[in-house]
Amino acid sequence: MPAPEQYRMIFRHIDEPGYTSDLACYLRNGGYEVLRKAVQRKPEELVDEVKKSGLRGRGGAGFPCGVKWTLLDRKSGKPIYLVANADESEPGTFKDRYIVYKDPHQLLEGIMITCFANKVERTFIYIRGEFPEGARILERAIAEARAAGFVGPNILGTGYGCEIYVHRGAGAYICGEETGLIESMEGKRPYPRIKPPYFPAVLGLYQCPTIVNNVETLCHVKHIAERGGEAYSKIGTPNNTGTRIYCVSGHVRRPGCYEFEVGKITMGQLLNEVCGGPLPGRSFKAVIPGGSSAKVLRFGERFKGKRKSGATMVDYDWGVEDIPMDFDSLAMIGSMGGSGGVIVMDDSVSMVEALGNINEFYAHESCGQCTPCREGSLWMKRITSRMVHGLARAEDGALLKSVADQIAGRTICAFGEACSWPTQSFIAKFGDEFKAYAAAKAQARPDGAAELI
Amino acid sequence: MNLKPETLEKIDAVIPRYPQIRSAALPLLHLVQEDQGFISNEAVEWIAQKLGLQPINIYELVTFYPMFRQKPIGRRHIRVCRTLSCAIMGSYRTCAEFQRQLGAPLGGTSPDGEVTVEFVECLASCGTAPVVMIDDTLHEKVDAARARELSDLIRAQAKAPAQQR
Repeated sequence: MPAPEQYRMIFRHIDEPGYTSDLACYLRNGGYEVLRKAVQRKPEELVDEVKKSGLRGRGGAGFPCGVKWTLLDRKSGKPIYLVANADESEPGTFKDRYIVYKDPHQLLEGIMITCFANKVERTFIYIRGEFPEGARILERAIAEARAAGFVGPNILGTGYGCEIYVHRGAGAYICGEETGLIESMEGKRPYPRIKPPYFPAVLGLYQCPTIVNNVETLCHVKHIAERGGEAYSKIGTPNNTGTRIYCVSGHVRRPGCYEFEVGKITMGQLLNEVCGGPLPGRSFKAVIPGGSSAKVLRFGERFKGKRKSGATMVDYDWGVEDIPMDFDSLAMIGSMGGSGGVIVMDDSVSMVEALGNINEFYAHESCGQCTPCREGSLWMKRITSRMVHGLARAEDGALLKSVADQIAGRTICAFGEACSWPTQSFIAKFGDEFKAYAAAKAQARPDGAAELI
Repeated sequence: MNLKPETLEKIDAVIPRYPQIRSAALPLLHLVQEDQGFISNEAVEWIAQKLGLQPINIYELVTFYPMFRQKPIGRRHIRVCRTLSCAIMGSYRTCAEFQRQLGAPLGGTSPDGEVTVEFVECLASCGTAPVVMIDDTLHEKVDAARARELSDLIRAQAKAPAQQR
């Protein structure tokens, strides 16, 4: 079956010739019209539209956005905060960069609608430190929007006011975790908070009710307000509504960001047709479907089971190429849609070395608060590093797995899972390669193979 | 502390954005590092005093966040992405080429004090791997050949009189 056409909603204007990041260009393309209409409605109606839309968070966990908003403690009398999570750091993910750099006003419009719907009067965009230009672009966009009456006191003459500020991070992956991000916003080390009791919706920024939403998620809010939740929910597939931006990187001919209806495209269509297939003379070996924390898939493996199709249960028997790219299907086969970062590796890659590269990332980024994660991520890095640069033993795979198995579920935040899933899945699917690595190392490296660690 | 007047102006503008003053710690660290090139002990104490905090409240941030440094670096700062998507597209070769061309050890500065080369984790531009940040600017698809060109450019700019830089 040929791949469907892209459904460019968030990326509608991005990369369009002549489209620029300034307010005048945004207004020429119908910008802020949705906000103009939204502020004439009751905030509760907008929350209902988002609930009806079925929108799931695009940052990684896929949590329903409307539910997140409903959990807000609105009775405390404390101010409600929104923090836009622009700390895009999950390896393999690069969609938010394009939104911030090329269409910042779309993000601001989504933020303002979200603020109005939730009665937020002060909001922050937490942008990763490595986007200095992005921070400047956002500052400029906010100034333009304020001058035009879309941000600031008395928005569009309604009497409702809301300020947006840009807050820069400083290179720490853990700040993408929402409670770590909140600690960082408060001027502390970004140690994630324990839940309960610190659910951001109740005890968030400055112990006030707080929403933390991903950049892409906030852009979707604009399109939901525009079309209505009901109409939006018809895009995509049931429980996996709307569009999704897939960020494809690694060994394909045409890497990049591609936007499709969620679940309407399979992994095979995405990689072979949209991205042009493997590089000349190579073949696909493995793919990580949702950012480097997601469990790896091995080309050639089969996934079998029963799934819901409408009201009935049907059998499925999929290869990697057959997997629909939605939250539920990827969870069903034991991985996740995560942040939409698809990392492709071909037959030139040694899985031991690829895992070594990933382990180095997680060892560097563990915040150090919980012992299993701090020590475990470091030991996994040391073992894979020794295998590559020193002595590799047949039993190292089992040793790695035993370390990984003792981290997940024993930490305050999901970083424990994030750092152990790569090791667990690499060993489960490429265990033989770990056993045979000592012998493989003695032979010449495949032509064009890159050093990874 | 000898901060430029415009830095002081920015510092005074950023503090009132936050309902709680401690939130201004990270923005102040960025502003001071941009002004001074690094965060000295004196800067830690100055920021702490400015925000009514203890020096440890600032120092613990400097030692946690990878972007803050306690020592000066070269005039040009090259950050090569080391993470998976860039690595499988050859970022280790890119980094080695920068080091060779500019005479800087990994994570260190060239003997003339001009260039610092380091590996960093994911820069979120995986589709155009390998990527490199030179100062504040992102460069895409930097293979070894492109690294040589960029190194030539950096050397040429170093020789140019200061006002042309």
